Amino acid sequence: MDSGSNPVLLSARGIAKQFAGVEVLSDVSLDLRRGEIHALLGENGAGKSTFAKIIAGVHRPTRGTLVLNGQEVDIANPIVAQRLGITLIHQEPISFPDLSVAENLVLGRDAGAPLARVPWARMLAEARATMGLLGVSIDVTRPMRGLSIADQQMVEIARALASDSRLILMDEPTAPLTPKEVATLFTIARRLRDEGRTVIFISHRLEEVRALCDRVTIFRDGRKVATEPTAALADADIIRLMIGRPLKEYLHKTKTQVGDVALKVTGLTRPGLFRDISFQVRRGEVVGLAGLVGAGRTDVAQAIFGIAPAEQGSIEVAGRPVRIPDPAAAIALGLAFVPEDRAQAGIFRSLPVDQNITAAVPRRIAPVLFIRRAVERALAVEAVKRLRIRLATLRQPIGELSGGNQQKAILSRWLLTDPQVLILDEPTRGIDIGVKAEFYDRIGELAADGRAILLISSELPELLALCDRILVMSEGRLTAELPRAQATQEAIMQAAVPRLQGVAA
Amino acid sequence: MTETSATARDAAPPRPLWQVLLIRPEMMTLILLLVGIFAGSQLSEFFLDTDYILKSFTLSAEFAMVALVLTLVIIAGEIDLSPAANMALSACLFAWVQAAGVPLPLAVLVGLGAGLAMGALNGALVIGLQIPSIIVTIGTLILYRGLAQIIAGDKSIRVPESFVGINDVMVAGIPLPVILFCLLALVLGLLLGTTIFGRQIYLVGTNEVAARHAGVRSARIRMILFLMMGLVSAVAGLMTASRLGSVRYDLGLGGELQMVLMAMLGGTYIFGGRGTILGTFLAAWLLVIVTTGMIVANVLPAWQLCVLGLLLIVSIIATNLIYSRTQR
Repeated sequence: MDSGSNPVLLSARGIAKQFAGVEVLSDVSLDLRRGEIHALLGENGAGKSTFAKIIAGVHRPTRGTLVLNGQEVDIANPIVAQRLGITLIHQEPISFPDLSVAENLVLGRDAGAPLARVPWARMLAEARATMGLLGVSIDVTRPMRGLSIADQQMVEIARALASDSRLILMDEPTAPLTPKEVATLFTIARRLRDEGRTVIFISHRLEEVRALCDRVTIFRDGRKVATEPTAALADADIIRLMIGRPLKEYLHKTKTQVGDVALKVTGLTRPGLFRDISFQVRRGEVVGLAGLVGAGRTDVAQAIFGIAPAEQGSIEVAGRPVRIPDPAAAIALGLAFVPEDRAQAGIFRSLPVDQNITAAVPRRIAPVLFIRRAVERALAVEAVKRLRIRLATLRQPIGELSGGNQQKAILSRWLLTDPQVLILDEPTRGIDIGVKAEFYDRIGELAADGRAILLISSELPELLALCDRILVMSEGRLTAELPRAQATQEAIMQAAVPRLQGVAA
Repeated sequence: MTETSATARDAAPPRPLWQVLLIRPEMMTLILLLVGIFAGSQLSEFFLDTDYILKSFTLSAEFAMVALVLTLVIIAGEIDLSPAANMALSACLFAWVQAAGVPLPLAVLVGLGAGLAMGALNGALVIGLQIPSIIVTIGTLILYRGLAQIIAGDKSIRVPESFVGINDVMVAGIPLPVILFCLLALVLGLLLGTTIFGRQIYLVGTNEVAARHAGVRSARIRMILFLMMGLVSAVAGLMTASRLGSVRYDLGLGGELQMVLMAMLGGTYIFGGRGTILGTFLAAWLLVIVTTGMIVANVLPAWQLCVLGLLLIVSIIATNLIYSRTQR
């Protein structure tokens, strides 16, 4: 903990970054010292990941300079970063799934002449040595495909070690890990620090930051708001700095009248993804669906909405048993689904905003045969006003809008269908804090309107603040149903973590 | 809208008018068409003979009609390379059954039905078995052409006198094939531009997954398009038979490339989501104008091919450049 006197390894001076004219990072100056674990904290979209990616050469700063060991450097791309000893460990490990662990370990290193023989024996020996150094036992000849996410991450870390990195950036490495795996990761991170390397640790979880990091830097709305020794800040201070106001104000839940059962599923099963899922959502109720990544939450939502129907089990909408073979049938029944992956399953990137908004209501814009542009425009204008979508014109491609405004457009698309049951899958992922608060208000209003809402989220404070009940999934099963009064972060996590977890790593 | 426009921190500024116009996919085609007409009239005084141009157009009217439907298919994110082979097989079947004594109207129905069935097979393979359409239709392109050769052998089958000569039928001084092409363009233009079916073609072609999430029955739409493709190919095959007076297995050989050329020259984006019927309509005329112009200017056939290839490349580079500039 005496890293305060350590020499500076990397110094960022006035770093700013713009994407398509939008400033996502403004004038960040920060010194990273040798032998410290430095946390970057902030809400989604606060700029911490962008900052990390600039250091790792993924993005280039619009303004500002980076100084490494007293020398100004231009980190033009990830290869340059690697050569300078900077490694980024991605949220979702990027690797070549069909290559072996050993091959993945030496990726990106100078491999000699293009036609030189691959030194297999030496490569394997080195790979084994590196994995041994980490204290994990993975067969280095196995392909990456089939390793657990934790193991894949270990390989990425091993790669950082193998290339002798001085600065290792970990972008939310613990999100998909079990506690035991997290403990292993922490041990390794501490060892890296003790060897004099610098570790940057990006996380949402305060307790992890507290347990691991020497100093924290907090980002908000693209700016650095503070850099302090971890011990100097109380949790409440950190939250206040992160969101710019006390937590209570930011999360609130309006009491609503709970009505009849709007959606009821019984024994939904899709082998390999989820099993025996039964629950119900009433009108006016917000039901949360919590769980770790890969627990099967999205798969359940997709099954209900007819995207990948369940093989067994039944669904009732408003008390009537129904069959939902495809999304069109789900929409006809008054269901709506805002998917998690906006780019892949939500927006039509190159099409105008108005067409994106009206995509799910063909009958409303074309009552007889021809599309009535005036009607379409009026619906879109109304939606833009109601959700305060920021745009230049309705004719502009939706891809030009910011993530939060795209998400609002998708939500407004579904509101036009006047849904009785609204399934939201990570609706606030990757959107900035101000828009997030708007979303929370909107969700509360929709419930107050008598709609049933199923909210899938990985952000526990969000679930705790908004939901009347919280369902928890783990490895494809429902493991808990917590009424509002009993729901705490601890209770949810306990149910979300797999029980019969084998020996990690 | 005042509160939502200028103040937005994260909104891009509205784009200038010239960009709005240029980004229209068919704009480049229109410009090239005007340039082509101008250049042609400079090259030869015989060029601006409307009758001659219309007569020339009847030679590619069949391909052009198929290209109109192909435009819809490409916008929906699929491709069909089998229509020329489909034309040959349906025409051969038609000629074969009527030579065997089947009455003419029935023989026409056989031809059209065969085209429809070929479209259905393409659709079933692409949608049912989820094989990429480029692979399926390269396969069926060879299959249909092969079947045509089996049926017709190496010789021509004559079609009856009463069926011959669609290109000589004049309506108000315009050859019937040209009229049919224009009518089809009008109907398909309205279909694509003003109906939900048309809108959903764009949705499917832009992002098929998102389209399905929004309740668009993507499989049905694409199936309908392949059926339309089969039907229009058969119609084009019969029109060709009528124009030529006889049918051989190599009818329309290589026509699929001309059809794709027309669609792409008209600004249709080969990966789907962008394109218009107007563009393909203009491109069909552009091709005829350029070819005719080169013939009257005595350009060697080999050079004509080079010019067509360059034309396609230039128009695509221009469209893409403008498009990517404006997408930032």
